[in-house]
Amino acid sequence: MCQMLGLTAGRFGTRFLGRRVMALVTPSSATMASHGHGHADVSEIADMSKPMYCDRMDTPLPDRAYKDELNAADKTLKEKEKGPWNQLTKEEKIALYRLMFRKTYPEMKQKTDEWKTVMGGIFIFLGLTGLLVWWQSIYVYPAQPRTFDSEWQAKQIQRMLDMRVNPVEGLASKWDYEKGQWK
Amino acid sequence: MSLPKPVMRGLLGRRLRFHLPIAFALSIVAGAALKGYTVTEPRKQAYADFYKQYDAVKEFNAMREAGIFESVRPSGE
Repeated sequence: MCQMLGLTAGRFGTRFLGRRVMALVTPSSATMASHGHGHADVSEIADMSKPMYCDRMDTPLPDRAYKDELNAADKTLKEKEKGPWNQLTKEEKIALYRLMFRKTYPEMKQKTDEWKTVMGGIFIFLGLTGLLVWWQSIYVYPAQPRTFDSEWQAKQIQRMLDMRVNPVEGLASKWDYEKGQWK
Repeated sequence: MSLPKPVMRGLLGRRLRFHLPIAFALSIVAGAALKGYTVTEPRKQAYADFYKQYDAVKEFNAMREAGIFESVRPSGE
């Protein structure tokens, strides 16, 4: 559960994408069999078939403890945890917490500056799109139909007023017929 | 270090009991405002005022002079 929810945003996600894209882009068959760079990645990528740890506000108890390779000191602490807890010192309790979890809730809730990156990216792409749209309106669009000319539009509105279009609440109701001007 | 045990149950019920009356009240107020003040009554009034002073023949002649009809041309032609 943890792993599915967190994957797309997690750092492992980009790793997977990178390797797949590399495999598609490079034509040589040696890519898959190559050592060195490929193997350097392997040790970092998590085994998705096993329970994973995650820091999520809506999942207080992740599928796995944070540290599962315990050294000798950690192991003795874990043994002491099996006894009565009021015999643990404050530091020991904190150490046990840190074995189990990576971040505390306040640490998870810390605000980041990510929104600045997001908004910046949005504006950059909006700007690029705007440039594209501008170029397009000059070089791609065909000639405007004659109905767009301001002369034609004026005659169009005059005809609508003559026809008394929407005389109660709409267009013709806004025109003063005696004075020949807008109200 | 002994905190009181937080409320574990009935959270949705509590939220609904708080928010539903407010939601209903606001909806009713919005509906009444829409009906009485902003949309329906003013619109009815606008139509009533329009037709109080409406002379159909005069309007027809004005439209005819403007030349929009095909079955009857302006009186000049």
